[in-house]
Formats: sequence, structure tokens, C-alpha cells
Amino acid sequence: MNDRISRTLSSVVLGSALGLAALSAPASQASLSDDRVRLGVLADMSGPYGDLCGKHCVEAVNMAVEDFGGQVLGQPIDVISADDQNKPDLGSAKAREWIESQGVDAINGLVASSVVGAVAQVANSAEKPILISGAGSNTFTTKTCSPFNAHWTYDVVALARGTVSPLVKSGKKKWFFITADYAFGHALENVATGIIESNGGTVVGSAKAPLGTTDYSSFVLQAISSGADAVALANAGKDFVNSLKGASEFGLSQQATMVGLLVFASDTRSIDADIIGNMRLTTGFYWDRDEATRVWSKRFMERTDGAVPTMAHAGAYSSTLHYLKAVAATGTDDGATVMKHMKANAPDDMFARHATLRADGRMAYDMYQVRVKTAAERSNRNDLYEIENVIPGDQAYAAMIPECDFK
Amino acid sequence: MTTILGINVFALLGQLLVGLINGSFYALLALGLAIIFGLLRIINFAQGALYMLGAFLAWLGLQQLGLNYWLALVLVPLAVGAIGILMERTLIRPIAGQDHLYSLLLTFGVALILQGAFNHWFGSSGQSYPIPDALKGGNNLGFMYLPTYRGWIILVSLVVCLATWWTIEKTRLGAYLRAGTENPQLLQGFGVNVPVMISLTFGFGVGLAGLAGVLAAPVYSVSADMGANLLIVVFAIVVIGGMGSIGGAILTGLAMGVIEGLTKYFYPQASSTVIFMVMVLVLLFKPAGLFGKEA
Amino acid sequence: MNTLVRSATAGLRLPLSQPHLGSALLLLAALLAPALIYPVFLMKFLCLALFACAFNLMLGFVGMLSFGHAAFLSTGGYVTGYLMINSGITPELGVLAGTAASALLGFLFGKLSVKREGIYFAMVTLALSQLVFFFYLQAPFTGGENGMQGIPRGHLFGLIDLSDNLAMYYFVLAVFLIGFGIIFRTIHSPFGQILTAIRENEPRAVSLGYNVRQYKLLAFVISAALAGMAGATKALVFELESLTDAHWHMSGEVVLMTLLGGMGTVFGPVVGAAILVAIATLFSGGELGNYIHIIMGFIFVTCVLAFRRGVVGEFGHFMHKNFPASGFGRPQ
Repeated sequence: MNDRISRTLSSVVLGSALGLAALSAPASQASLSDDRVRLGVLADMSGPYGDLCGKHCVEAVNMAVEDFGGQVLGQPIDVISADDQNKPDLGSAKAREWIESQGVDAINGLVASSVVGAVAQVANSAEKPILISGAGSNTFTTKTCSPFNAHWTYDVVALARGTVSPLVKSGKKKWFFITADYAFGHALENVATGIIESNGGTVVGSAKAPLGTTDYSSFVLQAISSGADAVALANAGKDFVNSLKGASEFGLSQQATMVGLLVFASDTRSIDADIIGNMRLTTGFYWDRDEATRVWSKRFMERTDGAVPTMAHAGAYSSTLHYLKAVAATGTDDGATVMKHMKANAPDDMFARHATLRADGRMAYDMYQVRVKTAAERSNRNDLYEIENVIPGDQAYAAMIPECDFK
Repeated sequence: MTTILGINVFALLGQLLVGLINGSFYALLALGLAIIFGLLRIINFAQGALYMLGAFLAWLGLQQLGLNYWLALVLVPLAVGAIGILMERTLIRPIAGQDHLYSLLLTFGVALILQGAFNHWFGSSGQSYPIPDALKGGNNLGFMYLPTYRGWIILVSLVVCLATWWTIEKTRLGAYLRAGTENPQLLQGFGVNVPVMISLTFGFGVGLAGLAGVLAAPVYSVSADMGANLLIVVFAIVVIGGMGSIGGAILTGLAMGVIEGLTKYFYPQASSTVIFMVMVLVLLFKPAGLFGKEA
Repeated sequence: MNTLVRSATAGLRLPLSQPHLGSALLLLAALLAPALIYPVFLMKFLCLALFACAFNLMLGFVGMLSFGHAAFLSTGGYVTGYLMINSGITPELGVLAGTAASALLGFLFGKLSVKREGIYFAMVTLALSQLVFFFYLQAPFTGGENGMQGIPRGHLFGLIDLSDNLAMYYFVLAVFLIGFGIIFRTIHSPFGQILTAIRENEPRAVSLGYNVRQYKLLAFVISAALAGMAGATKALVFELESLTDAHWHMSGEVVLMTLLGGMGTVFGPVVGAAILVAIATLFSGGELGNYIHIIMGFIFVTCVLAFRRGVVGEFGHFMHKNFPASGFGRPQ
């Protein structure tokens, strides 16, 4: 603790004395700005999204740093973390403090889209890369795109395309949404609505529930009375768990197909197999897909008390590794240079398959359509999914818009 | 679907019933607050935190000791009540006779400590508590499917609220309690141990919050923040009902649940605000509350 | 309610014997502080200190506990933020607009609430601020849970770029000093004397022919306006305004800062804000984040049980008792 304060103080003194020298460090110099690479992991550590990224994302980033050898260009890499509690003001203040007074070079984790939006504003203007491993809104590579955004794990387009379109095509035409009432939920509902309507379906209603709602009974009743034949849950983490449980408690699941638009493995595992069995969903990672993922996941589980790795955890690992490789290759931690290199060289690890980091910052790679196994099919508690189909990155994600073409 | 005048009756009835379920919690919590304020003139801002404590004790009891739901339903309110008595003796008694606002600030502090501690120990994401086997399943009421446990909540709440109201308003014990607030010295003269009575009353009011916590555990997820926002709503209810009015707190609690349900059907955006709107109106036009006596 | 403050306010007044030296030293410290401490922390502290001072005008000097001051803090922030994003006005005008909007809201709140006393006043203000909270939660222009993002700091008078933290710091310091000066002048004006008279003995003030409600209303409007000024400035500092500022927890936090520092003292709220920001900074992030609330809770409990005068009040009381010649805590 004291150590951190004195570090903070000394860097502040230096920073202000030199007129914020850290921010205006010349890009061409082939060295690290403060004799180390410092990564910040910002996430909801104990709230509704705590399990899907949270402190295990910090662990995943640490694993990447270790696998990279613990240092880069002969200088140490260190990782610091903070809890944003899903509050944009906390996240943005923390990112500002990290960048301006603690020499953070890149920020990882980044779960709630509302927080990421606020953090991105700070990081973009300071020209520091953000490696978005947990958030879903597609705004970071469209409306608010920036050369410093790397959107890694998934986005709402990939989810809606992968999960919604096959269902509409198979005859589910009347849809109702239970949506998390903030940036991510709105974006997801929007994109999914577009896909439903273009395939001849209709949206008969939508209920917006605040992030962190625990009692979904009135929303579920709205869905029941709408007469929809498919109810989409445009939420995540504990919100998804609670809303699905509510749907089952009030009999909505008998009347309509429940569609989880964003489901993390940690959530799947925490719900009764009788409730979630046979649900079809889209994910960017499944730990039991092949030998490479199994090896990594086993190590992850050993370090996290048996937590099942989610796509956010794997994405945090993969993005950190790719970032560090770029720092080593370019010999600098300058944001613009590193990002250029990251885009010019395809990421390739146990997570990112057939991958490319596009010029707009979208990491496009193979996504999986999976079916949740029923209780009878599961051989152990982590035996969750059966992969039914692989969607190549160029089909999973929306095409780049010209305004966001940052070469 | 049955529709009359453009109103989907089934949907409306469903929302009203869900409102009544929420109202049952409001009534239990408001009743505890009203007893504590009405009889002791203490504003207990920790009521929400003690409700959370009740839910957590039930959950911990199940996890650590295998304490089943039915035992928890009896033991946890007693435990929370005992904690309340301890709190009254050590913290609140020293500031007796001071301005009401001091008890508000003090108990606000206690609430922060409890919430902070549970947040630290268990995170804020919420633990789930299984519905007891005997109360699983549900009934189709025609207009909606009512899970048995939700019906159970309404039943328990009504029984406890009515019994409490009857005890305070209609029995000798209640008469002592009411006399104690009017004139403690006189009551002491009659041989009643007033300080003990105050402690027990506080413990009972707080125990009601503990009971509400146990009832809530299987339907809401058990988390440190579960009481924080609820408390403000319950406070509003006590003010609307008339601070210190026992019957007012119960009726207003149930009524506000139902009004919320109505709003959820007709104009969902306002459902979280409607209670505060009522509160502002009541305070403007009938400051002592709907059932309170003008001071 | 009156007893609440009366016991606490035998506290610190300015040591009138050497006011200039003390003020000059403080000002010098404030000017040099950003060389030692990360300016954003300092700015946050100054904004919260101004907020607490504004709140203390009601609690400490009129004797009325408002439990809805978050509404003014957030209104200042949202209005200023909206104008900075959409109209391109300069920051000083933005802050003024936010202040004016909060004053207007304060007038509305005050009209509805000042006739109530004690706990009922606290409850009316709480209920009204809850309405404001839900309005901001749902109004499209605030961005709801996302917060209002990307508020530009702009150029002061169209000239000085405030995106530089140091420049911004001196701007915030100036705003704070102006706000603090207004409060100081208010307290020490005839108007302030009447407020104190109302606090000490309202029936007597009425019988002396003062229109007590008008005085309370005016005090409330000033308090709201300055709370709005604090919120407006804070929104510029963080380039963001969020629902955190509108939540009732913020109304509780400002009570804490004031109680901790010493209600009814001029510098108490500033000290209270400093302690709270320091605690929040020390514990923010990492595993210790949750201790903030536990510590705040303990402070509440301890203050109410043992230090009702607050840090500054107790200090003044101590000095007055032991060193009466020092000029501290001299009753007015």
C-alpha cells in the first residue's frame, strides 16, 4: 500500500514538474516510457459481472504476462487492477488516474459497456490502447471507434447473428425482449431487432430492467402477456441467471423459447441443467473444444479454485499476449505504434483462431454456435456445451465501416 | 387473452398480484420501522441492513450448519432481534433524548458498516437460496401462474402484520407499550421495567426485518445491497402512512405494492418513482401522513 | 433539530486575531499543492468541499437537515455538461448556467419544503430528490446508467485550454474560493446573523417580526446554487456526469463530511471533505475497496456518539477552553 502511494506521489511530482512529460513522450524512441510496461485491469470485481471476468480476468492477464516471460525488452511487466462496480464515473476516474499518474500503458478487462464508453474517452485522448475483453456494445468499432480500441472477445452483432437468425428462420416469429437498461442491452436489442425483422419476424414488446435487478417477476409477466413465442434475454451475468430463473418460476419457459443472447460459461454452470438445458447460444470460447484450450483451461482452473474459464477470461489472456508481442516487436510502448503492429500481425493462440485484428479494432475470429447439454448428457460439472457449428470471423462480425478504417 | 376497454385484464391482475407480493415485504419492514419510531421515537435507518442480515443468516445457516428453511424462519428473526437489542443497548441508548436526527445518522452509520462488511465478505453479486421443497411448484390461477412460495410470502406477512397490530392496539401489553411512549416515568411507577421494555420493542421491530429477510432469501438473491434501496422505499411508506402509525404502515405497505403494480402495467417507466410522488403529495397536503395524528 | 446544532456550534470561528496570515498560508498551500499531489484528487476534494460547505449553510447555520442535496449536485453537473456538449459555450458560462439551474431547482424544493421542520423537512427533501434521481435515470439527455460522457472542459474565456490538468486545477480553485467566499460573506452578514437567530430560537425570531420562511428559503436557494456550482465543476473535471451524483447515497455522504468536519463551523466541511477524499483515495481499487463503506460507517457512529462537534468543532472547543486568548471558538 505505502509502496503504491509513494510510487504515485513520485510519479505525480515528476509528471507535473515536467509538464506532463509522460503524455507527450516522443513516439519514435525505441524504449519504454517509464522503464516498464504496466497493464491495468479494470472490471466489475464482485457485482453482477464479477464471475464472468472480474478477478479471474486479472489472473488471466497475469498468466499471459508469465507465459510471455514476465518482462519485455529487458524491463518488467506489471499488472494492477481495480473494481469499477459497473459505474462509469468510477471507471473513468480510475482510468484517468492510472494513465496520468501511474504510468499505465494499456487497459484490459473492461466489462460493462457503459464503463468502457467512459474509459475509452479518457484512453483515446491519451492515446493508450484499450483491450476490450468483456464488453459487447458494437459502438467501439462503429460510432465511437478510435485507433486505440481493440475490441477482442465478441460483440452484439456476432451474438445476434449467431443466436437469433437461426431461430427466426426456424419459425420463431414473435419476439419479446427483457433488456438490461444501459448501453450494452440497448445495443443488443437494437441489432437483434434488425435481424428479426429482416427475416420476417416481429418484436411484440420489450421490458427494460435495471442492471443488477434481482426480481424479474413483473418483467416476466409482461413477457407472458405479450404472447411472444421467443423471449430474448438481452442481459448478462447474474442478470441473465436471475431473469432465466424468474422465467422458469412463473412458467414463461413452458410458453415460449427462452433465448440467452449473451451467456458466459460461468452463468451456464450456475444454473440448473433442467432450466438451461438445450438452450442454443453463441460464444467465442469453450474450454473443452480441443487439446490447446483444455491445456490452458486446466492451468486457469488450478489458479482460480476451479472457476470455469469464460470467453472474457480467455480473451483477456489472448489480447494481453498479442499486445506484449507487439511491444517486443516494435521496441516501444507508444500506443499508436503498438496498435499498428497488432493490426498488421494476426493474433494466433488457443483462443484466437483464424483471427485478424481489423483496422477498425475489431478482432474477428471463429465464433461457435453451441447447445447447452442437458443434465443427462453432462459427465462433469464443467461439461456444458456441444459445439454445433463454427461461424468464421468474417461472417460472424459486421463489415468494417469506412469511417473507422485506421490503418 | 381477456381484454376489456383495451386493458389486458390478465396482465393487469398479474402485475397487481406481483405488487401485492412486494407489498408484503414493504408492510413487514414498514411495520418494524413504525413500531420502533412510534413507540421509541428512534429513526432506524439500519432496518434495511438488518433485513439483509436476516437473509444472510438464513443463507449462512443453510450453508454452514445445514439449518433448514423452517428453523431459519424461527431462529433468524430471534437472532436479528438479539443483535438489535445489543445495538439498542450499546449505541442508541447513549443518545436517548437527543434530537431524532442523531439516531438517524447513527443507524445510517450502522447500515454502512453492515453492508460494507457483507460486501467485503461475500461480494455484491448475490447468493441463491433454494426454495424449500414443500413450497415448490405453483398454481394456475387462470390469469397467471402463481408460484406457491410467492403465495406463502403474502400469507406469512399478513398473519404476522395482523397479529402484531392486534397485540399493540388491542391487548394490555400493547397498552403498556403505548403508555411508555406517552409517559415513561408514570409507567415506571406502575412497576414496569421501561428500559427492558424499550430494548425488547426495538428487538421486536428489528426482528421483523430479520423475518422479512428470511422470507426474501429464496426469491431475491441474497446480497449486501438488497436492503439499501428497499429501505428508502420503506421509509417513504412509513412517512406516507404516518410516522408511528402501526396500522398505517401495514396498509400503506400493501397499498404501495399494489400501486407499483398498477403503474407497472400502465406506465412502467414511472413504477420506481410512483411511491415518492405519493410521498411528496402526502407531505404537502397531509404532513402527518394518511393515518397519522397531527402533532 | 436546533439542539442538534447548538451543541455543536460552540466551535471554531475564524481566529480573528491573525486571519490574514492564516488565510495567506492556506492560499499558498493551495497554489503549490498540485506539485505534490495528483491534481485530479485535489480537484475532486475542492468540489466536494464546496458541496459540503454549501450543505453546511443549511444544516449548520439554519439548523435544517436536507437529505436531498444530491439533486443539486447532479443538476449542476448535468446542465453544465449538456450545455458544454451541445452549445459549445465556454466553461465559466457553463458553470454559471449549472449554478443557475440548481438555484432554480432549490427555489422549487425550498417552496415545498421550508415550512416543514426536523425529520419532515429531511423526508420532503429526500422524496423530492428521489424524483429528480428517477428523472435523470430516464431522461434521454443524461444517458441514464451510461452517464453523460465526453463533456469537454473547453477553453476558459475562450482562451485558456482547460484540458491541461494544472490549468483546470487553478480554475477549480478559483471556483471554490468564490463559492467559499459567498458562504463566508453570507454567514457574517446581517442575513447570516438572522439565520443563526432562527436556528437558536425560531419563535423569538418570528416574534421579532422576521419572515422566517423567506429567510429559510433564501438560505436554501443559496445552498442549492453553490451545491450546483460544485457539481458543475466536478462534471468538467471528470468530463463525465453520472447518476452517482444524484443518488441518495451522495446526500448521505455530504452529511457525513459535514458532521465529521464540524457542522456550523466555517472550515469544518472542508476538513471533512479532505478526510473523506483521502480515505477514498487510499482504499480505492483492489481488495480494500469495500473498506471505504465500513470506515465511513464507523466515522458516522463515532461522530454521533463521541464527537458531535466534528474535528474542527472539537479543536475550536479545546482551544477555547484551554487557551481562551487564542481567539478560537469565540462565541459570536
